[in-house]
Amino acid sequence: MDLINDFRDKTHILNLSKLIKKASNKPLNIMEICGGHTHSIMKFGIDKLVGENIKFIHGPGCPVCVMPRHNIDEAIKLSSMPNTIFTTLADMLRVPGSFSTLQKQRAKGCDIRALYSPLDAINIALENPKKNVIFFAIGFETTTPMSAVVVEKALNLNLKNLFFHINHVTVPAPVMALLDDENVKIDAFLGPSHVSVIIGSKPYEKIAKTYKKPIAISGFEPLDMMDSILNLVNQFNENKFEVYNEYDRVVKPNGNEKALNLIKKYFKEVDFSWRGLGLIPKSGLDLKGEFDAINARKVFDCSVESKPENKACICGEILKGRKNPPDCKVFGKVCNPQNPLGSCMVSSEGACAAYYKYKRGS
Amino acid sequence: MCLSIPSKVVEIDENNFATVETLGVKRGVSLDLIGEPVKVGEYVLIHVGFAMEKIDTKAALESLEFYKKIAKEMNDGTISQDEGDMGLSKMNSNEKG
Repeated sequence: MDLINDFRDKTHILNLSKLIKKASNKPLNIMEICGGHTHSIMKFGIDKLVGENIKFIHGPGCPVCVMPRHNIDEAIKLSSMPNTIFTTLADMLRVPGSFSTLQKQRAKGCDIRALYSPLDAINIALENPKKNVIFFAIGFETTTPMSAVVVEKALNLNLKNLFFHINHVTVPAPVMALLDDENVKIDAFLGPSHVSVIIGSKPYEKIAKTYKKPIAISGFEPLDMMDSILNLVNQFNENKFEVYNEYDRVVKPNGNEKALNLIKKYFKEVDFSWRGLGLIPKSGLDLKGEFDAINARKVFDCSVESKPENKACICGEILKGRKNPPDCKVFGKVCNPQNPLGSCMVSSEGACAAYYKYKRGS
Repeated sequence: MCLSIPSKVVEIDENNFATVETLGVKRGVSLDLIGEPVKVGEYVLIHVGFAMEKIDTKAALESLEFYKKIAKEMNDGTISQDEGDMGLSKMNSNEKG
């Protein structure tokens, strides 16, 4: 068995395509929550394989895209402090803040380092005992437990020079916020792959039942996605609102309990102001109060005045699923991966970057 | 970016750190998030330097068998390609429960 190529088998994909087209007899708006799924749809041409009735709405599942400008401004301020090494995952470097980007700050001489793994922050702190090392933590439940492991190791090593600027967010909260918005028309969801590996399939059951929406937790491979889409079409036709765990080779009902326990141990729920979606109560995470000594927000002055978003950019509407990248006047022109105006073009997971890369709508 | 590329564990050291092979490339990953013992030869899903979860190869095989079953039924006419099969899904399949 080949765990990659067997799930890209052309014959099986085309078989599922035929079945989806036959079963799909009325309009169906499917939101893929995860940016990885957006890319799979474009890369493998899945939107061309499911018939005219099915439309994909690209959800807010790109952690870089949903990061508010204010948080980037805080990062830039922290990275500009003397005697500081600022560390983050690479996706964040080019996201525009109000006045600059981390990449531009690095060009000006700030010590800003892109990490392969959050664990690298530990080594940098150990190797630079006289410097303050700040780890800018971003991401959904996929990366939150990794940050928790780094926090735990830092505490166990009694590191006094490693601080955390936490910007973790959760998936269920924005999904429910979108469903509460009457302007967003979603009939069904493709549930995220990696987030679900951590949180499991159970948290979606309440959403499916409360909002009467079928949800299929799907892997990233084309066969995974086609199977999940067929399931959503069938559920939609039969008026079912269940959670289908297509990705059961990795996703368990209760998720990764060790990872979840680590999250609970170090983090508390906080309100988070999402780019495009606004403030959503208890949709973000920050370090618990007992860890204030390593919380960069508590230790350093993070106060910044942020500018409003560029008016030409419609990232906010795209993140709500109300508009698609080609609806934006600057898409592919002033705004492109080399010169991104908005976060959806910066991140490799952003809908605009996916449309641009796979030449859709330009 | 989430890359759901399965990786094979080829070595595990005393610090709960594994060497995994992904598409022929070897790299180090932490096993700190895996709650059960991991053996050399097993497959894990990795993300930013961590193994997130073991991959259940039995479940993967069941999925692939299901797709083969569809192909067979489409070929021998059990599933009509003109009408589709509204109830067809691994969710409703006896194999997957």
